[in-house]
Amino acid sequence: MNLRRMGAIVLKELRQLRRDKLTFVMIAGVPLLELVLFGYAINMDVRGIEAAVLDQANTAQSREAIAEITSSQVIEVKYRLDNPQEIDRLLREGSISAALVVPSDFEARLQRRERPPLQLVVDGSDQSVQASARQLAAYPLPGWSGAQGVEVVNFYNPERLAPLNTVPGLLGVILTMTMVLFTAVALVREREHGNLELLIATPVSPWELTIGKVLPFIGIGLIQVTVILVVGHWLFEVPVRGSILELYGASLLFIIASLALGVWLSTLASTQFQAMQMAFFTFLPQILLSGFMFPFAGMPKAAQWFAEFMPLTHYLRLSRGIMLREAGLQELWLEILILIVFCVALLGLAVARIHKRLD
Amino acid sequence: MNDTELVIRARGLSKRFGKLTAVDNLDLSVPRAEVFGFLGPNGCGKSTTIRMLCGLLQPSEGEVEVLGYQIPRDAEELKRRIGYMTQKFSLYEDLTVQENLEFLAAVQGIGRRETRKRIDELLERYWLADRRKQMAGTMSGGQKQRLALAGAVLHKPDLLLLDEPTSAVDPQSRREFWDSLFELAEAGTTLLVSTHYMDEAERCTRLGILDAGRLVADGSPRELMDALPGHPLLIECAQPREAQRALQGHPQVLAMAQIGATLRVLCAADGVRDDIAAVLRRAGVNAELRDGEANLEDVFVAVTRKPLEATP
Repeated sequence: MNLRRMGAIVLKELRQLRRDKLTFVMIAGVPLLELVLFGYAINMDVRGIEAAVLDQANTAQSREAIAEITSSQVIEVKYRLDNPQEIDRLLREGSISAALVVPSDFEARLQRRERPPLQLVVDGSDQSVQASARQLAAYPLPGWSGAQGVEVVNFYNPERLAPLNTVPGLLGVILTMTMVLFTAVALVREREHGNLELLIATPVSPWELTIGKVLPFIGIGLIQVTVILVVGHWLFEVPVRGSILELYGASLLFIIASLALGVWLSTLASTQFQAMQMAFFTFLPQILLSGFMFPFAGMPKAAQWFAEFMPLTHYLRLSRGIMLREAGLQELWLEILILIVFCVALLGLAVARIHKRLD
Repeated sequence: MNDTELVIRARGLSKRFGKLTAVDNLDLSVPRAEVFGFLGPNGCGKSTTIRMLCGLLQPSEGEVEVLGYQIPRDAEELKRRIGYMTQKFSLYEDLTVQENLEFLAAVQGIGRRETRKRIDELLERYWLADRRKQMAGTMSGGQKQRLALAGAVLHKPDLLLLDEPTSAVDPQSRREFWDSLFELAEAGTTLLVSTHYMDEAERCTRLGILDAGRLVADGSPRELMDALPGHPLLIECAQPREAQRALQGHPQVLAMAQIGATLRVLCAADGVRDDIAAVLRRAGVNAELRDGEANLEDVFVAVTRKPLEATP
């Protein structure tokens, strides 16, 4: 690897980018446009939300009430807890999206009819969970005739602001779109315009060429993250509750995985148009199944499995966790690990296919 | 000829793309400081051969040695010592002349100070000094081609391969361009140029004629013309079209072309003049026959049995 050669490619790429007005507009324009458009998100009802139960009353009546709620299938009980602190931990890790709490004065509340006897703590960073929880609130409870039997406590997003849920997801969507598309097209353009034929007749190595072409896009990706975070904060007051450094770290990994995917696609496509088609072919399932557009919990098991094989799914969990639930990497390490695996695998695939010949 | 003086040596070189054989069992020897021309119609395997010689394509069969390097094994080392000018303009249209050359210099590993000196020198030599800041994409065909040549010789290669370098250029620029090529050859660079122009082929010091992937003739243009078995006959008569119809399908006639009032007939062998005169007499054409001067086009027709224009 020769740094002078790689630097020459980076410089050339930056000069070309500066002159390519359309690309320049897209780098800043696409995030802004989508941010505003998706600021108003879609509500969906879900079943099978993973939940924990904390029964502090533990009476015959409380157990009956829990069974009744569970039978609605809106929540699926995964944990039975003994103390309230565990709810906090499981929610932050993302192991559960909701917790049903039966207060110790459950029976007294039933008698007095002043406050709803049950409490449902939900992960407000996931929009779809919120919507379902509201549905549950009106569920008829045995021995309760009031309007609302379950009190919903919204964690992380108490005001139920849609952008709060959308922006962390949008971060991932915008990054995939630009990173995959721009790299795939940029590399294929080199071949389509005949520049590659000249380049491979020089001492440039495939690594120098690929890394030199991709490095500027890492910078562009990080700029996009900043644009989205700043504008998201300014327009919709979307917070970054966790560590901003960890958020950038996770984004960097995701950017690299997306770039590697783009490089790999560029080796499969022979024209810029083909590269674009292939890129869109990877966007659709990612956007639809990652949990960005439709709630993850509401998808069939097979689709959920499929979604686990897409980088966006994991990045979404990371960005939502860090930005809204104040989760740290010690809680989300598995997602980080999976993203690293994606980076390595996709880079390997890409490099295996780059060779310095025309045939 | 001594083997060490050979810059390119290929034996039994073949390239197949699926069922298509683009280059078929080609033997090629190019001595140092020669301007070697590759003549042939489009699709005859010129580009494929050149690409194999610079290691861009892997040969299906055969041995190639260029500048003493085994191809494809040593292709990477070879790339430091060759210059390659592609058929299509392959520099960056959205970079300026100066930026393009700076980029190529860095890629070739030329030092910064040397780069500045070399670029100034080349821009001067190829009349591009006043175009320094112009985008390459906005230049004329001739200017682009001179820029491409500057880029290809930036690192002073020992061997320069040019794939139809003048296909998008006006005749004046073509002449100037060939002058530049001879300048390079004079300085000791070996050149391999592919072309489908006869006038360009005639200027080469040595010529290889390619037909459907096979090398069908190899020698200096003079040698090739002298080796022609038959000579062209010039038939002057009042009705050249009628003469042409009369000779159509004659076993000894390879090709006919009307030039003004004269019909130029290329024969497969000498000594058929009387026979042709008899045929014309029988057809009622009153003609005067004389011997013509052979040219490269005749050579081409004789070795490929078809005129250059008519081949796809």
